[in-house]
Amino acid sequence: MTKQQANWSPYDNNGGSCVAIAGADYCVIAADTRMSTGYNVLTREYSKITKLADKCLMASSGFQADVKALQKLLAARHLIYQHQHNKQMSCPAMAQLLSNTLYYKRFFPYYSFNLLGGLDNEGKGCVYTYDAVGSYERAGYSSQGTASTLLMPYLDKMLKSPSPLLLPAQDAVTPLSESEAIDIIKNAFAAATERDIYTGDKVEIVILNAHGIRREYMELRKD
Amino acid sequence: MDQKPSNCGLPSLEADSQRTLYPYVTGTSVVALKYKDGILMAADMGGSYGSTLRYKSVERIKPIGKHSLLGASGELSDFQEILRYLDELILYDNMWDDGNSLGPKEVHSYLTRVMYNRRNKFNPLWNSLVLGGVKNGQRYLGTVSMIGVNFEDNHVATGFGNHLARPILREEWHENLSFEDGVRLLEKCMRVLLYRDRSAVNKFQVAKITEEGVTISQPYSLKTSWGFSAFKNPTLGAEGSW
Repeated sequence: MTKQQANWSPYDNNGGSCVAIAGADYCVIAADTRMSTGYNVLTREYSKITKLADKCLMASSGFQADVKALQKLLAARHLIYQHQHNKQMSCPAMAQLLSNTLYYKRFFPYYSFNLLGGLDNEGKGCVYTYDAVGSYERAGYSSQGTASTLLMPYLDKMLKSPSPLLLPAQDAVTPLSESEAIDIIKNAFAAATERDIYTGDKVEIVILNAHGIRREYMELRKD
Repeated sequence: MDQKPSNCGLPSLEADSQRTLYPYVTGTSVVALKYKDGILMAADMGGSYGSTLRYKSVERIKPIGKHSLLGASGELSDFQEILRYLDELILYDNMWDDGNSLGPKEVHSYLTRVMYNRRNKFNPLWNSLVLGGVKNGQRYLGTVSMIGVNFEDNHVATGFGNHLARPILREEWHENLSFEDGVRLLEKCMRVLLYRDRSAVNKFQVAKITEEGVTISQPYSLKTSWGFSAFKNPTLGAEGSW
């Protein structure tokens, strides 16, 4: 019998988009809940956001199986950290751990595109943005995933953050309020859904501030 | 000095015959849904050797432990291997004799790790699996693919079922489906698959799992009707191509 299938691939792209915005005393991180493969929607209710530590959340798109493996590994590493240090890992520390974890698989990468959002040691909002092999950067806001190219310029326009090119370097967090940031995220996803077939169904918005964690949902187009 | 070209330490795909590069005997779609008291699952009994219908009495739905039901499409020998893994898992768990037993959630989680590990070794188990079950009044329904992609939902399907059955399920599924309505909905899905999926056969099993346990039906067939005028003269509505 001759082979009928195309060559097997260990990767798939399950789509999805993530956005995170850092404010002076809060951080908002959001992702849609659609999971697809090719032209199929696999499920409309898949959460891409995980809590890695008390003040650290990760939103991930890309290949779901790799993302799940990455989340499990980080959870295990964080448990060891808690046993050794008797405290929660800080967001900047988790950011470095995520980078090292991704680079460790540099030659058989996790096909995952991540955003890390949380509060730093001073209680200020922070966002870290990654590529699949661990390059990362602290930013005031960022987007990742299939609609990142649609979301990013919208965020650039709306967030009134000082340019990262300014010298001397300015603080990158947005001067906007928490509710303004949430509105911008809702608008961004509503727009991205119109043009990206891999983004839709619902956005999950997670808000992190001194009071703790709060979740909001907004319905998106289902087509 | 003859040296083989370096392959960056990655296993060469074509040279090693000890891995599944493509399937031999395959089963087609599995469809499953949650209903009022548990999970219903349906699959036909065909085993295809390429496009030849080689086997016609393959049981593709099996009970796993006390609380779970596993349905498989894809390579049937790999499915039997998976059943051996699960038999061992359940047996060793049972030998603790602590009164605990693995529920559907645990079995599904185990399967996701097995499938993902094998894809990491470039030696996949060529299946899409559906796992359903009930434990402590909690219904569970999930699926895993060949490369480890996994999720839970109120209804799932594999292969062609994703194209043809899930749109029907999204229209008609609701939280409080009775057993009769659930079976009727599955049969509607299986009938569409039977008409449109060439490797589907008209011999099915429907399985049910509730808190009380597993029941897998005897094989039966669906009533079909091929008398539609569109079937008799398929080009009538699409003139000009041939």
